[in-house]
This record gives sequence, C-alpha cells and structure tokens, in this order.
Amino acid sequence: MYSRAYKTLVSLPPLVWVGTFLLLPYALVFAHSLWAVREGVMVHDWNLDNYKALLTNPLYAVVLFRTMHIAASVTLCAILLGYPLAYYLAFHAGARKELLYQLVIVPLWVSYLVRGYAWKTILGSDGVLNGFLQYLHLTREPVGYFLYSPFAVVLMLTHIYTPFVFLPIYAALEHVPRPLLEASQDLGASSVQTFWRVILPLSMPGLLAGATFAFVLSLGDFLAPLLVGGPSGTMIANVVQSLFGAAFDWPLGAAISVGILVITISLLCLGEFLEKRWAFQ
Amino acid sequence: MSAFPANPPQELPAKSAALLELRNVAKRFAAVDVLKNISLNIASGEFLTLLGESGSGKTTVLRLIAGFEQPSSGEIWMSGERLDLLPPYKRRVNTVFQNYALFPHLSACDNVAYGLRVKNTPTSELAARVEEALRMVKMQGFAGSRPARLSGGQQQRIALARALVNRPRLLLLDEPLSALDANLRKQMQGELKSLQREIGVTFLFVTHDQEEAMALSDRIALLRDGALEQVASPREIYAHPATAYTAEFIGQTNLLRGEIRGGMVTCGALRWPSDEADGAVIFSLRPEAIRICADDKRQPSEVRFRAAVRQQFYGGSSELLEVDCGNGQTLRVRVPVGGPLAGEQDFVFSLCDPTRVAE
Repeated sequence: MYSRAYKTLVSLPPLVWVGTFLLLPYALVFAHSLWAVREGVMVHDWNLDNYKALLTNPLYAVVLFRTMHIAASVTLCAILLGYPLAYYLAFHAGARKELLYQLVIVPLWVSYLVRGYAWKTILGSDGVLNGFLQYLHLTREPVGYFLYSPFAVVLMLTHIYTPFVFLPIYAALEHVPRPLLEASQDLGASSVQTFWRVILPLSMPGLLAGATFAFVLSLGDFLAPLLVGGPSGTMIANVVQSLFGAAFDWPLGAAISVGILVITISLLCLGEFLEKRWAFQ
Repeated sequence: MSAFPANPPQELPAKSAALLELRNVAKRFAAVDVLKNISLNIASGEFLTLLGESGSGKTTVLRLIAGFEQPSSGEIWMSGERLDLLPPYKRRVNTVFQNYALFPHLSACDNVAYGLRVKNTPTSELAARVEEALRMVKMQGFAGSRPARLSGGQQQRIALARALVNRPRLLLLDEPLSALDANLRKQMQGELKSLQREIGVTFLFVTHDQEEAMALSDRIALLRDGALEQVASPREIYAHPATAYTAEFIGQTNLLRGEIRGGMVTCGALRWPSDEADGAVIFSLRPEAIRICADDKRQPSEVRFRAAVRQQFYGGSSELLEVDCGNGQTLRVRVPVGGPLAGEQDFVFSLCDPTRVAE
C-alpha cells in the first residue's frame, strides 16, 4: 500500500506534462478557431465563421477528401507489403528472422527528410527511375507523373510507414500459439483454410493497430506532399501550414486543425473498439 | 488400491484386424534417436496407452501418426493404406492436444464445428452433428462460450468433442488429463473410458501416469528411451513384467538380484528351489505377494523368511511395511490394516510367485 502523498507525488509530473504540452495547446488551438483576422490583425471576436467557411468552401472538402484518399491508399499498400513480410518472418524465416527484422527496422533510424530527398532523386525527370526506363528504351521522354503527384506521396508515405504496420502485425503473428496451427491441420484444414480461419483472425488486433498508425500518421503528414507532392498532391496539413504561415489566418488554420483532430480521435476510438472486439485471451 | 486394474477381464484385441500398424518406425532429431525401430499394431476399437517417462518418445509417436512429423525410416499403415505419406489434414485421425489448443476466437460450438466447416459439411448435418458431439461430452449448455470462459475440465470436454465430431477412425490423446487436478482427473478418466466403449472409436492414449494407464487401457505399450519395453494388457504387464524396468515402472515392486546354483535360488536372505539353469537372476516380487504368517504350519512349497518391521506407512485400506530380512536387505510388504507395529519383533513372512525378469 502506498500513501496518498506518495501517489500524488508520483502522478503529479505526468499530469503537469500532459496539461502543459497537450491540453493547453489544444485549448489554445480551439480558442483560436473561434476568433477572426480583420485587416491583418487577429481579433478575439468569438464566432463560428471559420467552421462555416470550412463546411461551405469546396476547396477544403476537395483537399480533405484527397488527404483521406492518400491516407487510405498508404494504409492499404503498407498492409499489402507489411503483412506478407510479417507472415514470412513469423512462420518461415527460420534462422534469418533476426537479420530480416533488423533490416525492416534500420530505415526508421534514417531521417525522414533524407528519405524524402532520396525519393526526389529517384522519381525526378532526370532521376534514377526515368534514367533506367529510358536506358531500357521503355520510355522516350522522362515521365513527369512520377514526381509531384499524389502517386509520389503515396509511394513515399508507404515506404515510411510500412515498418509501423509491420511491427504490430509481426508481434501478433509471433503470439499465435503454434499448437493451434497443428490443431487446425489435424481437423482437416489446408494451409489456406488455416490462414483465413485461424491466423488472420488472431492477427487482427495487430493488423488494426498497424492500419490505425499508417492512416493517422499519413493523414497529418505535410512533409511528403511538400517534398514530392506538387500542387496536385497537396494535403490538408499543407493547407494548415500555409494558413499559419504566409496566409496569416491562424483562426481558419486552427479550425481545420480541430477538424482533423476530431477525425483522428474518432478513428483512434474506432480502432480501439475494433481491437477490443477482436481480442480473445 | 488403484494400482489394480478395475476393469473386468477383456479379450485381447489381437484377434481383431489391425487398424493402425507401425512398421519399424524410427525418428532422429539432430543425431538423437528419439524413436528406435518401433513396430506396433493397434486393433480396431482398442484403447491402447503409450506409457513412458518424459523424453521416452511417446509424444513423438503421436505426432508421427497425426502427421506433424515424418518418420526418419519405417512406415505407418492404416487399414491397408500408407498413412505417413499423407499430409495431416488428409488423415482420418484426430488429436486431443495436451493443452487442448482450442481456438480462442471461436465459441465452444464453433470450435467443435471447425473440422466439419473446413470440409464443407452441409449446414443441417453440421448443426446436428455438433449438437450430438456437445451432448456426448455434456456441454450443450456452453455452446456459445469462448474457451477463455471455460474451466480446464470444460475445455477438455470441448477438445474431445471437437475431435470426435469428425468421426475419426483413430483418436490420439496427448496427456489429455495432465492439466487437471487429481479429483477431476479421476472423474474424467471414468468418463473417457465409458465414452470410448460407447462410441467404439480406437483410442491411442499417451500418459506418463502408470495408474491412469492401468485403469483405462486394454493394452499398455511401455516406451523406454525410444524403444518398446513391453506391450501387454494391464493385468499381464503387472503380473508378468518382462524386465526389471517394467516391474519398477508399473506398480510397486521389490527387485531381488541373486543367482541360481544347483536348483536353488539365492537372493540375499531369501532362498527357494528352482529348476532353472544356473546363473545370475533378477526376480520381481510385488509387495502384496508377501504375507505375514500367523501360524507355524508351513506348506511344502511355501517360501518363508523372518524379518523385522522397520517402517510402517498407513494407507487407509492397506499398510505398506518396510521389513529388514537381515544384512540390510529390505523388502516392501503390503498387508491389511491392523497388522504388526514397527520395531516390535521379528515376524515370519511367506512369499509367492516371484516373477523372473530380464535386466
């Protein structure tokens, strides 16, 4: 048993931390979203105009829809890459398991920016990919679509977030009790049936956790569109960034931020709910 | 005393056709001979127990039959068909796993239905068979429960139903009762035995518990270091153990090491006539084969000796005595309750039927 004073003492620092660096900034963002900018000056005039603009101006809806579309594509691609990799490592890699695991983790140590610029040099008009395609005589001219497009953003974000999807799936697969696979075979199930009926359901919490990571992190990303997105690849976070920067419309930027926050929190709650439904032990 | 087989005498199943045949099966794991040249027939409808210490290879035998391992050499046949060449999911064999291996994400009912579902059994037949299987193990009331909500004994029943619903020709049970507490284990032993009689499925049961093996089996196959030591009915194996190892492993015994010379067996202080050839011998003498003699009227064929009681272990229905027949030779003797007290005086004992065993 711990004394009340001890409990208070221990729980105080985290509470102060969360209050100062999480709740206070959120409160400030929310307050800003209810203010306005008149003639280049921010006025503390409480109103809902920013939210009205958000809902009525189709520009924001288009960018938000594109952002969700990119985030969903990234999530799907990261799962399609990460799941088979995790499956191979968990069940078939044998002695190579440790090495392959490290190879998946190592890119996480490299700066995000460096990886972004790497994609720029690969995808650009005089980049590695176009040079290679022309060398093979598959294309005559450099393909401009590779860089500065939603495609480039999806590619780069998939590259960056696949390890985040891989890790929880791998952990879930490693925890599937091996006797269950034998039991499934014993009851007459082929390997494919065992996968669909036992392995996939049991790895579902890991899959959902990974998918939530990929989607939420992609949703708020602004560096990938900045580096490789171009005008057609602009995402909602870029809009926020320009509103807080050059456009100097903090209140509207704050309103969009609150919107993204609401979407993100809803998604996290949904993910949590689904993970609980799929948890068994 | 549970060391005695409780079931009535049964026909030796050797007469009926062999359902499963192991022919010179051997298994090596990384230069270790886990199984050495095992040949064993299992008759249809039989309850055969593989008995052995941990590491004796009994679970490996099950895994070879189920198809989770491949024999290094030898063949496994089932009803005239090569079994060891088939993948596990094509064998008409089902397993009750040691820790049940129930699917945690499926309800009891769905666990039982699993084998039928993967074989695309029509829904109406599936429902009827699942219900029948649940009724067989008295678990109808738990159809909707997830395994995590069930007790060990209940999980055990579901595991049994999940295997039996597929109507296997052979059911493999890998120490299915070892995770249960003693009382529940006794109860499940009884249920398992009557279930096997009722449905007539051949059971191959693995255990390290000799009492369990004696109580349940038609025949016991005793494994020692990957080789079969003896295969016989519980009564036979108890009354006529082939080797010293068998005699000590199954039930309690006194192993008497001595020699035969000139028609006389000498094992320490004990001597009795024998018509066997001269040489070193080992005899197994069960504790209950030694009696206290109340009178002096010695039968002509009787072997008698004097001994002092050193220790007395009360056992409810009987007592186990440790007696000293001189020169530090001690014997264990089982007598009815109410016998002599330790250290009182010397008593006269008589022994019958010492069984000669190999090393």
